[in-house]
Amino acid sequence: MGGYTSREIMSISAGRLVKDGDILFAGTGVSLLAATVAKRIHAPGSIVFFETGGIDPSLQEMPLSVADPRVMVGSSINSGLAESLSLLAHPKLRTIGFVGAAQIDRFGNINSTCLGDYCRPKNRFPGAGGACDAFSFAYGMVIFMTHEKRRFVEKLDYMSSPGWLTGGDARKRAGYRRGGPMAVVTNMAVMKFDETTREMYLAEYYPGVDPEKIRENTGFPIDISRAVPFTPPTDEELSTLREKVDPQRLILGAPAE
Amino acid sequence: MEGTAQLKKNGKFMSLREAVSLIRDGDQVTLGGFTTNRNPMALCREMIRQAKKDIYLTVHSHGQGMELLIGAGCVSRVELAYGGVARFAPTGIRFRKAVCSGELQVEDYSNFHMILRFVAGAMGLPFIATTSGLETDIIKKMGFPEEIRGKGQVPRHKLKVMCNPWNEEAGDVVLLPPLNPDVALIHAQYVGEDGTARIQGLTFADLEEAKASKLVIVTCEEIVPTEFIRKDPDQNSLPHFLIDAIVRAPYGAHPTACHNFYDYDSKHLRVSAEMSKKDEDFQKYLDEWVYPFETQEEYLAKVGTEELLRIKANPAFGYAPGLDRR
Repeated sequence: MGGYTSREIMSISAGRLVKDGDILFAGTGVSLLAATVAKRIHAPGSIVFFETGGIDPSLQEMPLSVADPRVMVGSSINSGLAESLSLLAHPKLRTIGFVGAAQIDRFGNINSTCLGDYCRPKNRFPGAGGACDAFSFAYGMVIFMTHEKRRFVEKLDYMSSPGWLTGGDARKRAGYRRGGPMAVVTNMAVMKFDETTREMYLAEYYPGVDPEKIRENTGFPIDISRAVPFTPPTDEELSTLREKVDPQRLILGAPAE
Repeated sequence: MEGTAQLKKNGKFMSLREAVSLIRDGDQVTLGGFTTNRNPMALCREMIRQAKKDIYLTVHSHGQGMELLIGAGCVSRVELAYGGVARFAPTGIRFRKAVCSGELQVEDYSNFHMILRFVAGAMGLPFIATTSGLETDIIKKMGFPEEIRGKGQVPRHKLKVMCNPWNEEAGDVVLLPPLNPDVALIHAQYVGEDGTARIQGLTFADLEEAKASKLVIVTCEEIVPTEFIRKDPDQNSLPHFLIDAIVRAPYGAHPTACHNFYDYDSKHLRVSAEMSKKDEDFQKYLDEWVYPFETQEEYLAKVGTEELLRIKANPAFGYAPGLDRR
Protein backbone atom coordinates (compact mmCIF):
# COMPACT_ATOMS: atom_id res chain seq x y z
CA MET A 1 0.00 0.00 0.00
CA GLY A 2 1.32 3.40 -1.01
CA GLY A 3 3.11 4.89 1.96
CA TYR A 4 0.64 3.99 4.70
CA THR A 5 -0.30 0.94 6.74
CA SER A 6 -3.64 -0.90 6.99
CA ARG A 7 -4.22 0.54 10.43
CA GLU A 8 -3.58 4.04 9.16
CA ILE A 9 -6.00 3.82 6.25
CA MET A 10 -8.63 2.07 8.41
CA SER A 11 -8.43 4.81 11.04
CA ILE A 12 -8.75 7.53 8.43
CA SER A 13 -11.50 5.70 6.58
CA ALA A 14 -13.60 5.21 9.72
CA GLY A 15 -12.85 8.74 10.86
CA ARG A 16 -14.44 10.11 7.67
CA LEU A 17 -17.76 8.52 8.70
CA VAL A 18 -17.92 10.77 11.77
CA LYS A 19 -20.05 13.92 11.58
CA ASP A 20 -19.32 16.98 13.65
CA GLY A 21 -21.37 16.73 16.84
CA ASP A 22 -21.50 12.93 16.89
CA ILE A 23 -21.21 11.23 20.26
CA LEU A 24 -18.65 8.48 19.77
CA PHE A 25 -18.67 5.27 21.76
CA ALA A 26 -15.10 4.15 21.34
CA GLY A 27 -13.41 0.91 22.07
CA THR A 28 -9.66 1.08 21.95
CA GLY A 29 -7.23 0.31 19.19
CA VAL A 30 -8.18 1.50 15.73
CA SER A 31 -11.57 2.80 16.89
CA LEU A 32 -9.93 5.32 19.16
CA LEU A 33 -7.56 6.43 16.39
CA ALA A 34 -10.55 6.93 14.08
CA ALA A 35 -12.47 8.98 16.62
CA THR A 36 -9.47 11.10 17.53
CA VAL A 37 -8.36 11.80 13.98
CA ALA A 38 -11.91 12.86 13.06
CA LYS A 39 -12.11 15.13 16.09
CA ARG A 40 -8.85 16.81 15.18
CA ILE A 41 -9.69 17.36 11.51
CA HIS A 42 -13.31 17.71 10.47
CA ALA A 43 -15.42 16.96 13.54
CA PRO A 44 -14.03 19.09 16.38
CA GLY A 45 -17.45 19.12 18.05
CA SER A 46 -17.64 15.36 18.31
CA ILE A 47 -17.35 13.79 21.74
CA VAL A 48 -15.72 10.55 22.78
CA PHE A 49 -16.98 8.46 25.66
CA PHE A 50 -16.14 5.02 27.01
CA GLU A 51 -18.31 2.22 28.34
CA THR A 52 -16.25 2.23 31.53
CA GLY A 53 -17.67 5.65 32.45
CA GLY A 54 -15.15 8.19 31.11
CA ILE A 55 -17.18 10.92 29.40
CA ASP A 56 -15.32 13.33 27.10
CA PRO A 57 -11.81 12.99 28.57
CA SER A 58 -8.98 15.18 27.29
CA LEU A 59 -7.04 12.15 25.94
CA GLN A 60 -3.67 13.86 26.14
CA GLU A 61 -2.06 10.44 25.92
CA MET A 62 -3.43 7.50 23.94
CA PRO A 63 -5.31 5.05 26.19
CA LEU A 64 -4.51 1.40 25.56
CA SER A 65 -7.81 0.16 26.92
CA VAL A 66 -11.22 1.55 27.82
CA ALA A 67 -10.18 1.19 31.48
CA ASP A 68 -6.88 3.05 31.04
CA PRO A 69 -6.43 5.82 33.64
CA ARG A 70 -5.98 8.08 30.59
CA VAL A 71 -9.76 7.98 30.00
CA MET A 72 -10.33 9.50 33.46
CA VAL A 73 -8.44 12.77 33.05
CA GLY A 74 -9.81 16.14 31.97
CA SER A 75 -13.22 14.50 31.51
CA SER A 76 -16.55 16.24 31.65
CA ILE A 77 -17.66 13.53 34.06
CA ASN A 78 -16.11 10.37 35.44
CA SER A 79 -18.82 7.82 36.08
CA GLY A 80 -19.38 4.08 35.70
CA LEU A 81 -20.92 1.46 33.44
CA ALA A 82 -24.54 2.22 34.33
CA GLU A 83 -24.28 5.92 33.50
CA SER A 84 -22.14 5.47 30.43
CA LEU A 85 -24.04 2.63 28.74
CA SER A 86 -27.30 4.49 29.41
CA LEU A 87 -26.14 7.32 27.15
CA LEU A 88 -26.10 5.03 24.11
CA ALA A 89 -29.87 5.01 23.68
CA HIS A 90 -30.59 8.70 24.25
CA PRO A 91 -32.83 9.79 21.36
CA LYS A 92 -31.33 13.28 21.16
CA LEU A 93 -27.80 11.97 20.72
CA ARG A 94 -26.39 10.67 17.44
CA THR A 95 -24.32 8.00 19.16
CA ILE A 96 -21.94 6.08 16.92
CA GLY A 97 -20.19 2.96 18.20
CA PHE A 98 -16.89 1.62 16.88
CA VAL A 99 -16.09 -2.05 17.41
CA GLY A 100 -14.11 -4.96 16.03
CA ALA A 101 -15.22 -8.60 15.77
CA ALA A 102 -14.08 -12.11 15.00
CA GLN A 103 -16.85 -12.87 12.49
CA ILE A 104 -19.46 -10.87 10.60
CA ASP A 105 -22.36 -11.98 8.39
CA ARG A 106 -24.01 -10.27 5.40
CA PHE A 107 -26.44 -8.37 7.65
CA GLY A 108 -23.70 -7.01 9.90
CA ASN A 109 -24.44 -9.29 12.86
CA ILE A 110 -21.22 -10.05 14.69
CA ASN A 111 -19.54 -12.76 16.70
CA SER A 112 -17.01 -11.87 19.38
CA THR A 113 -17.67 -14.89 21.58
CA CYS A 114 -16.59 -18.27 20.22
CA LEU A 115 -16.00 -20.70 17.35
CA GLY A 116 -17.70 -24.09 17.40
CA ASP A 117 -20.20 -25.22 19.99
CA TYR A 118 -20.92 -22.53 22.61
CA CYS A 119 -20.66 -24.89 25.59
CA ARG A 120 -17.47 -26.58 24.37
CA PRO A 121 -15.93 -24.14 21.87
CA LYS A 122 -12.98 -24.77 19.57
CA ASN A 123 -11.88 -21.25 20.25
CA ARG A 124 -13.05 -18.63 22.67
CA PHE A 125 -12.95 -14.83 22.27
CA PRO A 126 -13.51 -12.27 25.01
CA GLY A 127 -17.30 -11.97 24.61
CA ALA A 128 -19.81 -9.26 23.80
CA GLY A 129 -18.66 -6.75 26.43
CA GLY A 130 -20.43 -3.46 25.78
CA ALA A 131 -20.60 -4.04 22.01
CA CYS A 132 -23.93 -5.86 22.23
CA ASP A 133 -25.37 -2.85 24.05
CA ALA A 134 -23.94 -0.42 21.50
CA PHE A 135 -25.40 -2.48 18.63
CA SER A 136 -28.72 -2.55 20.48
CA PHE A 137 -28.98 1.13 21.39
CA ALA A 138 -26.66 3.39 19.40
CA TYR A 139 -27.75 5.47 16.43
CA GLY A 140 -25.26 3.63 14.24
CA MET A 141 -22.32 1.22 14.33
CA VAL A 142 -19.02 1.09 12.49
CA ILE A 143 -17.32 -2.30 12.50
CA PHE A 144 -13.61 -2.93 11.95
CA MET A 145 -12.68 -6.22 10.28
CA THR A 146 -9.69 -7.88 8.70
CA HIS A 147 -10.98 -8.81 5.26
CA GLU A 148 -10.78 -12.61 5.22
CA LYS A 149 -13.18 -15.28 4.07
CA ARG A 150 -13.14 -16.99 7.48
CA ARG A 151 -14.28 -13.73 9.08
CA PHE A 152 -16.95 -12.71 6.54
CA VAL A 153 -19.10 -15.79 6.93
CA GLU A 154 -22.41 -17.13 5.67
CA LYS A 155 -23.38 -18.16 9.20
CA LEU A 156 -21.95 -16.94 12.50
CA ASP A 157 -20.88 -19.54 15.05
CA TYR A 158 -22.46 -17.30 17.72
CA MET A 159 -24.32 -14.00 17.39
CA SER A 160 -22.92 -11.77 20.12
CA SER A 161 -24.33 -8.46 18.90
CA PRO A 162 -27.35 -7.63 16.73
CA GLY A 163 -26.74 -6.08 13.31
CA TRP A 164 -29.63 -5.95 10.85
CA LEU A 165 -30.58 -9.49 12.05
CA THR A 166 -32.25 -11.20 9.04
CA GLY A 167 -32.41 -7.98 7.01
CA GLY A 168 -35.24 -5.72 5.91
CA ASP A 169 -37.18 -4.44 8.93
CA ALA A 170 -36.17 -7.37 11.18
CA ARG A 171 -34.54 -5.07 13.73
CA LYS A 172 -37.67 -3.04 14.19
CA ARG A 173 -39.83 -6.14 14.45
CA ALA A 174 -37.51 -7.57 17.09
CA GLY A 175 -38.04 -4.58 19.37
CA TYR A 176 -35.09 -2.31 18.56
CA ARG A 177 -36.05 1.34 18.32
CA ARG A 178 -33.20 2.54 16.15
CA GLY A 179 -29.63 1.83 15.10
CA GLY A 180 -27.94 -0.85 13.08
CA PRO A 181 -24.58 -1.16 11.31
CA MET A 182 -23.64 1.80 9.09
CA ALA A 183 -20.39 0.53 7.64
CA VAL A 184 -17.73 -2.14 7.86
CA VAL A 185 -14.23 -0.74 7.56
CA THR A 186 -11.67 -3.35 6.50
CA ASN A 187 -8.05 -3.39 5.41
CA MET A 188 -9.29 -3.45 1.78
CA ALA A 189 -12.52 -1.52 1.60
CA VAL A 190 -15.55 0.17 3.12
CA MET A 191 -18.70 -1.94 3.00
CA LYS A 192 -22.16 -0.50 3.56
CA PHE A 193 -25.69 -1.87 3.89
CA ASP A 194 -28.53 -1.59 1.38
CA GLU A 195 -31.25 0.78 2.62
CA THR A 196 -34.03 -1.75 1.93
CA THR A 197 -32.64 -5.27 2.16
CA ARG A 198 -29.93 -4.31 4.71
CA GLU A 199 -27.51 -6.61 2.91
CA MET A 200 -23.84 -5.70 2.87
CA TYR A 201 -22.37 -4.33 -0.38
CA LEU A 202 -18.99 -3.00 -1.43
CA ALA A 203 -19.14 0.80 -1.25
CA GLU A 204 -15.51 1.93 -1.65
CA TYR A 205 -12.29 0.07 -2.35
CA TYR A 206 -8.87 1.31 -1.31
CA PRO A 207 -6.17 2.33 -3.80
CA GLY A 208 -4.48 -0.71 -5.33
CA VAL A 209 -7.23 -3.16 -4.28
CA ASP A 210 -9.20 -4.93 -7.03
CA PRO A 211 -12.93 -5.27 -6.17
CA GLU A 212 -12.69 -8.87 -7.41
CA LYS A 213 -10.16 -9.57 -4.66
CA ILE A 214 -12.64 -8.25 -2.11
CA ARG A 215 -15.27 -10.59 -3.51
CA GLU A 216 -12.85 -13.51 -3.18
CA ASN A 217 -12.14 -12.63 0.43
CA THR A 218 -15.80 -12.38 1.39
CA GLY A 219 -17.44 -15.64 2.45
CA PHE A 220 -20.90 -14.76 1.11
CA PRO A 221 -22.09 -13.30 -2.22
CA ILE A 222 -21.38 -9.59 -2.29
CA ASP A 223 -22.65 -6.87 -4.61
CA ILE A 224 -19.67 -4.96 -6.01
CA SER A 225 -21.62 -3.11 -8.73
CA ARG A 226 -22.02 0.05 -6.66
CA ALA A 227 -18.34 0.30 -5.67
CA VAL A 228 -16.32 3.46 -6.22
CA PRO A 229 -12.62 4.10 -5.51
CA PHE A 230 -11.82 5.38 -2.02
CA THR A 231 -10.27 8.86 -1.95
CA PRO A 232 -6.70 8.17 -0.78
CA PRO A 233 -5.65 9.47 2.66
CA THR A 234 -4.60 13.10 2.49
CA ASP A 235 -1.31 14.44 3.82
CA GLU A 236 -3.26 16.28 6.53
CA GLU A 237 -5.01 13.09 7.63
CA LEU A 238 -1.79 11.10 7.72
CA SER A 239 0.27 13.73 9.51
CA THR A 240 -2.47 14.36 12.10
CA LEU A 241 -2.72 10.66 12.79
CA ARG A 242 1.03 10.13 13.03
CA GLU A 243 2.14 13.31 14.74
CA LYS A 244 -0.78 14.30 16.95
CA VAL A 245 -2.99 11.28 17.57
CA ASP A 246 -0.50 8.48 18.18
CA PRO A 247 3.05 9.85 18.02
CA GLN A 248 4.40 6.88 20.02
CA ARG A 249 2.68 4.52 17.53
CA LEU A 250 1.25 2.58 20.48
CA ILE A 251 -1.74 1.52 18.40
CA LEU A 252 -0.49 2.33 14.91
CA GLY A 253 2.37 -0.13 15.27
CA ALA A 254 5.27 -0.25 12.84
CA PRO A 255 5.29 2.43 10.12
CA ALA A 256 4.95 1.58 6.41
CA GLU A 257 8.08 0.43 4.60
CA MET B 1 -2.72 5.25 65.56
CA GLU B 2 -5.65 5.59 67.94
CA GLY B 3 -8.07 5.41 64.98
CA THR B 4 -6.56 2.17 63.76
CA ALA B 5 -6.98 0.72 67.21
CA GLN B 6 -10.61 1.75 67.08
CA LEU B 7 -11.09 0.05 63.72
CA LYS B 8 -9.49 -3.09 65.03
CA LYS B 9 -11.90 -2.93 67.90
CA ASN B 10 -14.93 -2.75 65.64
CA GLY B 11 -13.54 -5.83 63.94
CA LYS B 12 -13.39 -4.60 60.36
CA PHE B 13 -9.73 -3.78 60.09
CA MET B 14 -7.78 -6.97 59.43
CA SER B 15 -4.98 -8.67 57.54
CA LEU B 16 -5.27 -9.99 53.99
CA ARG B 17 -5.26 -13.49 55.38
CA GLU B 18 -8.07 -12.81 57.84
CA ALA B 19 -10.19 -11.02 55.24
CA VAL B 20 -9.86 -13.74 52.62
CA SER B 21 -10.60 -16.46 55.17
CA LEU B 22 -14.15 -15.03 55.22
CA ILE B 23 -14.63 -16.30 51.64
CA ARG B 24 -15.93 -19.87 51.53
CA ASP B 25 -15.32 -22.45 48.84
CA GLY B 26 -18.25 -22.37 46.44
CA ASP B 27 -19.10 -18.71 47.12
CA GLN B 28 -20.40 -16.47 44.39
CA VAL B 29 -17.83 -13.70 44.16
CA THR B 30 -17.79 -10.45 42.21
CA LEU B 31 -14.66 -8.44 41.44
CA GLY B 32 -14.33 -4.66 41.29
CA GLY B 33 -12.34 -2.89 38.60
CA PHE B 34 -12.22 -3.45 34.84
CA THR B 35 -9.67 -5.34 32.67
CA THR B 36 -6.44 -3.52 33.62
CA ASN B 37 -7.73 -1.09 36.23
CA ARG B 38 -8.27 -1.36 39.98
CA ASN B 39 -8.56 -5.15 40.07
CA PRO B 40 -8.49 -6.38 43.70
CA MET B 41 -5.19 -8.12 43.01
CA ALA B 42 -3.88 -8.44 46.58
CA LEU B 43 -7.13 -10.22 47.50
CA CYS B 44 -6.99 -12.45 44.39
CA ARG B 45 -3.42 -13.50 45.20
CA GLU B 46 -4.41 -14.31 48.77
CA MET B 47 -7.37 -16.35 47.51
CA ILE B 48 -4.92 -18.40 45.47
CA ARG B 49 -2.63 -18.87 48.47
CA GLN B 50 -5.59 -20.06 50.50
CA ALA B 51 -6.46 -22.41 47.62
CA LYS B 52 -10.10 -21.31 47.37
CA LYS B 53 -12.12 -23.81 45.35
CA ASP B 54 -15.22 -23.86 43.25
CA ILE B 55 -15.62 -20.07 43.17
CA TYR B 56 -18.55 -18.82 41.08
CA LEU B 57 -17.52 -15.49 39.56
CA THR B 58 -20.03 -12.89 38.40
CA VAL B 59 -18.31 -10.04 36.60
CA HIS B 60 -18.70 -7.65 33.67
CA SER B 61 -15.34 -7.14 31.90
CA HIS B 62 -12.44 -8.90 33.61
CA GLY B 63 -9.43 -8.83 33.78
CA GLN B 64 -6.08 -9.66 35.34
CA GLY B 65 -7.63 -10.77 38.63
CA MET B 66 -9.98 -13.21 36.93
CA GLU B 67 -7.11 -14.58 34.84
CA LEU B 68 -5.08 -15.47 37.92
CA LEU B 69 -8.03 -16.97 39.79
CA ILE B 70 -9.04 -19.11 36.80
CA GLY B 71 -5.45 -20.11 36.03
CA ALA B 72 -4.86 -21.18 39.63
CA GLY B 73 -7.92 -23.42 39.53
CA CYS B 74 -10.01 -21.45 42.03
CA VAL B 75 -12.99 -20.92 39.71
CA SER B 76 -15.48 -23.44 38.40
CA ARG B 77 -18.21 -21.19 37.02
CA VAL B 78 -18.44 -17.67 35.66
CA GLU B 79 -21.10 -15.28 34.41
CA LEU B 80 -19.50 -12.50 32.44
CA ALA B 81 -19.66 -10.10 29.51
CA TYR B 82 -15.98 -10.02 28.58
CA GLY B 83 -12.85 -11.91 29.52
CA GLY B 84 -9.64 -10.16 28.52
CA VAL B 85 -6.67 -8.15 29.77
CA ALA B 86 -6.87 -5.34 27.19
CA ARG B 87 -3.98 -5.30 24.75
CA PHE B 88 -1.88 -7.64 26.88
CA ALA B 89 -4.25 -10.56 26.34
CA PRO B 90 -7.23 -9.50 24.17
CA THR B 91 -8.86 -12.78 25.17
CA GLY B 92 -7.84 -13.90 28.64
CA ILE B 93 -5.37 -16.70 28.02
CA ARG B 94 -6.21 -18.81 31.08
CA PHE B 95 -9.90 -17.99 30.58
CA ARG B 96 -9.78 -19.28 26.98
CA LYS B 97 -7.94 -22.45 27.99
CA ALA B 98 -10.35 -23.20 30.82
CA VAL B 99 -13.43 -22.63 28.62
CA CYS B 100 -12.14 -24.68 25.68
CA SER B 101 -11.07 -27.58 27.91
CA GLY B 102 -14.48 -27.63 29.61
CA GLU B 103 -13.04 -26.97 33.08
CA LEU B 104 -14.96 -23.73 33.36
CA GLN B 105 -18.72 -23.31 32.94
CA VAL B 106 -19.52 -19.98 31.31
CA GLU B 107 -22.64 -18.02 30.73
CA ASP B 108 -22.38 -14.85 28.60
CA TYR B 109 -24.24 -11.59 29.06
CA SER B 110 -23.46 -8.05 27.89
CA ASN B 111 -21.88 -5.36 30.06
CA PHE B 112 -25.19 -3.53 30.32
CA HIS B 113 -26.93 -6.77 31.30
CA MET B 114 -24.40 -7.32 34.08
CA ILE B 115 -24.56 -3.79 35.48
CA LEU B 116 -28.38 -3.96 35.39
CA ARG B 117 -28.28 -7.25 37.27
CA PHE B 118 -26.10 -5.70 39.99
CA VAL B 119 -28.42 -2.68 40.11
CA ALA B 120 -31.40 -5.01 40.50
CA GLY B 121 -29.61 -6.90 43.26
CA ALA B 122 -28.69 -3.68 45.04
CA MET B 123 -32.25 -2.34 44.81
CA GLY B 124 -33.94 -5.58 45.80
CA LEU B 125 -35.79 -5.81 42.47
CA PRO B 126 -37.17 -9.24 41.49
CA PHE B 127 -35.82 -8.78 37.94
CA ILE B 128 -34.90 -5.97 35.56
CA ALA B 129 -35.84 -5.37 31.93
CA THR B 130 -33.95 -4.15 28.87
CA THR B 131 -34.03 -4.60 25.10
CA SER B 132 -30.28 -5.12 24.77
CA GLY B 133 -29.38 -8.31 22.92
CA LEU B 134 -32.82 -9.27 21.54
CA GLU B 135 -32.52 -12.10 18.97
CA THR B 136 -28.81 -12.68 19.71
CA ASP B 137 -27.28 -15.91 21.03
CA ILE B 138 -26.79 -14.22 24.40
CA ILE B 139 -30.56 -14.57 24.66
CA LYS B 140 -30.85 -17.92 22.90
CA LYS B 141 -27.95 -20.00 24.24
CA MET B 142 -27.54 -21.20 27.80
CA GLY B 143 -24.07 -21.99 29.08
CA PHE B 144 -24.86 -23.78 32.35
CA PRO B 145 -26.25 -27.32 32.36
CA GLU B 146 -29.97 -27.66 33.07
CA GLU B 147 -29.39 -29.78 36.20
CA ILE B 148 -27.77 -26.92 38.12
CA ARG B 149 -30.52 -24.40 37.25
CA GLY B 150 -32.26 -22.96 40.28
CA LYS B 151 -29.71 -24.52 42.66
CA GLY B 152 -27.56 -22.41 44.95
CA GLN B 153 -26.92 -19.05 43.36
CA VAL B 154 -27.57 -20.25 39.77
CA PRO B 155 -30.65 -18.44 38.47
CA ARG B 156 -33.61 -20.67 37.50
CA HIS B 157 -33.54 -19.04 34.05
CA LYS B 158 -30.59 -17.30 32.45
CA LEU B 159 -33.14 -14.69 31.35
CA LYS B 160 -36.67 -14.51 30.00
CA VAL B 161 -38.05 -12.81 26.91
CA MET B 162 -41.57 -11.45 26.99
CA CYS B 163 -43.77 -9.09 25.02
CA ASN B 164 -43.51 -5.50 26.21
CA PRO B 165 -46.56 -5.27 28.52
CA TRP B 166 -46.91 -1.51 27.98
CA ASN B 167 -46.89 -1.60 24.21
CA GLU B 168 -47.38 -4.89 22.40
CA GLU B 169 -46.37 -3.37 19.07
CA ALA B 170 -42.98 -2.31 20.45
CA GLY B 171 -41.67 -5.87 20.32
CA ASP B 172 -40.10 -7.95 23.07
CA VAL B 173 -38.16 -7.18 26.22
CA VAL B 174 -35.49 -9.19 28.04
CA LEU B 175 -35.98 -9.85 31.77
CA LEU B 176 -32.76 -10.40 33.68
CA PRO B 177 -32.28 -12.06 37.08
CA PRO B 178 -30.77 -9.90 39.84
CA LEU B 179 -27.35 -10.63 41.29
CA ASN B 180 -26.68 -10.83 45.01
CA PRO B 181 -23.16 -12.29 45.24
CA ASP B 182 -21.93 -13.78 48.49
CA VAL B 183 -18.83 -11.61 48.34
CA ALA B 184 -17.65 -8.42 46.60
CA LEU B 185 -13.91 -7.75 46.41
CA ILE B 186 -13.13 -4.07 45.89
CA HIS B 187 -9.93 -2.04 45.82
CA ALA B 188 -10.37 1.63 46.74
CA GLN B 189 -7.98 4.55 47.03
CA TYR B 190 -9.10 5.56 50.53
CA VAL B 191 -11.00 4.14 53.46
CA GLY B 192 -11.69 6.27 56.52
CA GLU B 193 -11.11 4.99 60.02
CA ASP B 194 -14.89 4.84 60.28
CA GLY B 195 -14.94 2.46 57.28
CA THR B 196 -16.27 4.88 54.65
CA ALA B 197 -14.74 4.13 51.23
CA ARG B 198 -13.68 6.60 48.56
CA ILE B 199 -13.01 5.47 44.99
CA GLN B 200 -11.39 7.95 42.65
CA GLY B 201 -11.55 7.98 38.86
CA LEU B 202 -14.10 5.71 37.21
CA THR B 203 -16.15 3.52 39.54
CA PHE B 204 -16.99 0.92 36.82
CA ALA B 205 -19.60 -1.30 38.52
CA ASP B 206 -17.93 -1.35 41.94
CA LEU B 207 -20.61 0.57 43.80
CA GLU B 208 -23.48 -1.52 42.47
CA GLU B 209 -21.52 -4.73 43.10
CA ALA B 210 -20.78 -3.74 46.71
CA LYS B 211 -24.38 -2.70 47.38
CA ALA B 212 -25.69 -5.98 45.93
CA SER B 213 -23.34 -8.28 47.84
CA LYS B 214 -23.77 -9.98 51.18
CA LEU B 215 -20.14 -9.56 52.29
CA VAL B 216 -17.96 -6.67 51.13
CA ILE B 217 -14.18 -6.80 51.44
CA VAL B 218 -12.29 -3.62 50.59
CA THR B 219 -8.55 -3.19 50.24
CA CYS B 220 -7.21 0.34 50.03
CA GLU B 221 -4.14 2.39 49.32
CA GLU B 222 -4.53 4.49 52.47
CA ILE B 223 -6.53 4.50 55.65
CA VAL B 224 -7.33 8.09 56.56
CA PRO B 225 -8.81 9.74 59.67
CA THR B 226 -12.60 9.90 59.91
CA GLU B 227 -12.47 13.73 60.02
CA PHE B 228 -10.55 13.73 56.73
CA ILE B 229 -12.96 11.51 54.81
CA ARG B 230 -16.05 13.20 56.28
CA LYS B 231 -14.78 16.71 55.46
CA ASP B 232 -15.71 16.10 51.82
CA PRO B 233 -18.54 13.53 51.81
CA ASP B 234 -19.51 14.41 48.20
CA GLN B 235 -16.41 12.49 47.15
CA ASN B 236 -17.25 9.33 49.10
CA SER B 237 -18.41 6.14 47.41
CA LEU B 238 -19.67 3.60 49.94
CA PRO B 239 -21.00 4.07 53.48
CA HIS B 240 -19.04 2.39 56.25
CA PHE B 241 -21.81 0.03 57.39
CA LEU B 242 -21.90 -1.75 54.02
CA ILE B 243 -18.27 -2.77 54.33
CA ASP B 244 -17.44 -5.83 56.39
CA ALA B 245 -13.68 -6.14 56.10
CA ILE B 246 -10.97 -3.57 55.39
CA VAL B 247 -7.34 -4.24 54.58
CA ARG B 248 -4.69 -1.63 53.97
CA ALA B 249 -2.86 -2.87 50.86
CA PRO B 250 -0.67 -0.25 49.18
CA TYR B 251 -0.36 -0.95 45.45
CA GLY B 252 -3.10 -3.51 46.08
CA ALA B 253 -4.25 -3.38 42.45
CA HIS B 254 -0.77 -3.95 40.97
CA PRO B 255 -0.11 -4.82 38.12
CA THR B 256 -3.41 -3.11 37.20
CA ALA B 257 -3.77 0.64 37.62
CA CYS B 258 -5.15 2.71 40.49
CA HIS B 259 -6.09 6.26 39.49
CA ASN B 260 -4.05 8.95 41.26
CA PHE B 261 -1.73 6.32 42.77
CA TYR B 262 -0.12 4.30 39.96
CA ASP B 263 -0.40 3.31 36.33
CA TYR B 264 -0.75 -0.23 35.03
CA ASP B 265 2.54 -2.10 34.96
CA SER B 266 2.72 -2.97 31.27
CA LYS B 267 6.03 -4.78 31.74
CA HIS B 268 4.54 -7.10 34.35
CA LEU B 269 1.30 -7.59 32.37
CA ARG B 270 3.33 -8.58 29.33
CA VAL B 271 5.37 -11.11 31.32
CA SER B 272 2.24 -12.46 32.96
CA ALA B 273 0.48 -12.88 29.58
CA GLU B 274 3.54 -14.62 28.14
CA MET B 275 3.76 -16.96 31.15
CA SER B 276 0.05 -17.77 30.86
CA LYS B 277 0.43 -19.56 27.54
CA LYS B 278 1.83 -22.84 28.87
CA ASP B 279 0.61 -24.57 32.02
CA GLU B 280 4.12 -25.11 33.37
CA ASP B 281 5.04 -21.46 32.79
CA PHE B 282 1.88 -20.31 34.52
CA GLN B 283 2.75 -22.50 37.48
CA LYS B 284 6.16 -20.77 37.52
CA TYR B 285 4.40 -17.40 37.49
CA LEU B 286 2.37 -18.40 40.57
CA ASP B 287 5.49 -19.78 42.25
CA GLU B 288 7.32 -16.55 41.57
CA TRP B 289 4.62 -13.89 42.07
CA VAL B 290 1.86 -15.33 44.26
CA TYR B 291 2.76 -18.19 46.61
CA PRO B 292 5.89 -16.90 48.36
CA PHE B 293 4.36 -13.78 49.91
CA GLU B 294 2.27 -13.65 53.01
CA THR B 295 1.78 -9.90 52.95
CA GLN B 296 1.43 -7.17 50.36
CA GLU B 297 4.70 -5.62 51.61
CA GLU B 298 6.63 -8.79 50.76
CA TYR B 299 5.07 -8.81 47.29
CA LEU B 300 6.05 -5.18 46.76
CA ALA B 301 9.63 -5.92 47.76
CA LYS B 302 9.67 -8.49 44.96
CA VAL B 303 8.21 -5.97 42.45
CA GLY B 304 11.00 -3.60 43.49
CA THR B 305 11.39 0.09 44.13
CA GLU B 306 12.45 0.91 40.60
CA GLU B 307 9.28 -0.53 39.07
CA LEU B 308 7.01 0.98 41.69
CA LEU B 309 8.51 4.41 41.06
CA ARG B 310 8.31 3.94 37.31
CA ILE B 311 4.52 3.48 37.42
CA LYS B 312 3.86 5.94 40.25
CA ALA B 313 1.15 8.43 39.23
CA ASN B 314 1.93 12.08 38.75
CA PRO B 315 -0.74 13.97 40.73
CA ALA B 316 -1.32 16.35 37.81
CA PHE B 317 -2.49 13.44 35.64
CA GLY B 318 -3.47 10.57 37.90
CA TYR B 319 -1.24 8.29 35.81
CA ALA B 320 2.45 8.16 34.90
CA PRO B 321 2.85 10.50 31.92
CA GLY B 322 5.30 9.40 29.27
CA LEU B 323 5.48 5.88 30.72
CA ASP B 324 6.82 3.36 28.23
CA ARG B 325 3.70 1.23 27.73
CA ARG B 326 4.81 -0.87 24.75
